[in-house]
Amino acid sequence: MKISAIITLKKDVLDPQGKVIHQALDGMGFKGIDEVRQGKYFEINVKENDPTKAKEIVEDMCKKLLANLVIEDYKIIGTQ
Amino acid sequence: MKSSVITFPGSNCDRDMDVALKKFGFKNKMVWHDDNELPRSDLVVLPGGFSYGDYLRCGSMAAKSKIMQSIINFAKSGGLVMGICNGFQILVETGLVPGVLLRNKYLEFICKNVFVKVNNKDNQYFKNLDKDVFEFHIAHNEGNYFCTNDQLKEIQDNNQVAIYYCNNDGNTDEKFNPNGSLNNIAGIFNKEKNILGMMPHPERMIDKSLSGEDGSFFFKNLLNNIK
Repeated sequence: MKISAIITLKKDVLDPQGKVIHQALDGMGFKGIDEVRQGKYFEINVKENDPTKAKEIVEDMCKKLLANLVIEDYKIIGTQ
Repeated sequence: MKSSVITFPGSNCDRDMDVALKKFGFKNKMVWHDDNELPRSDLVVLPGGFSYGDYLRCGSMAAKSKIMQSIINFAKSGGLVMGICNGFQILVETGLVPGVLLRNKYLEFICKNVFVKVNNKDNQYFKNLDKDVFEFHIAHNEGNYFCTNDQLKEIQDNNQVAIYYCNNDGNTDEKFNPNGSLNNIAGIFNKEKNILGMMPHPERMIDKSLSGEDGSFFFKNLLNNIK
């Protein structure tokens, strides 16, 4: 089963890359952007067919390696 | 005195550290990241570089490598563990020292000499040093120290800041902060002060004619402290 997870920087952590992307978009004419935050996206194929269990496994991965919980949040966004 | 320098795939300051440690009298051994056992050591050094190509987050993969369990055990039993640059990033990823190292504030790779001011000399690394301001080299893309407010309070309550970025007079004003680090923090200890993580490279300042000798003072003093 394929599980998707996204990792984003916590709200109060400065995201200089997001800021630069924001400026670039603004310069290209995409006006009216409040903020850009950059994150990471993972697709993990686990050998588990029960969606609840599969999510739990990926959640454990997020806590132990994929995210650094001091600065990042994770979210399981889909199963397929 | 015996030291061990750990080599991860992508470490590139491991040999410099080996040269520096031997120059000042350590009997150093190079240890491969995939080994299980740490040789008997008085000091373990996690060197600078780009372990695992900085994949995922700098230091995150190295923090899970085989040798780390024996290093964590060694550190928890009071052993001296020093992480320089990427080694500092590995230390924060293992949780041995608090906080994280973010991308530099202005998104630049910074490679230059900086001055740092020693904040706490009540430890094996800095006690007996007869000066407070040192010129070291930095070369990093992710050296922007950050921690939560709770962690910062704990760091301050326990006097865990090792060194601050400053100018040659020891002024730690924000304008002498090269990378956006919280409060100009360039290096920190764990609570017990046996683990030190810092971005600057003392091993690059060990030859008067090539670079400067502030690193020499640091290593000579360190050896005398742990003798």
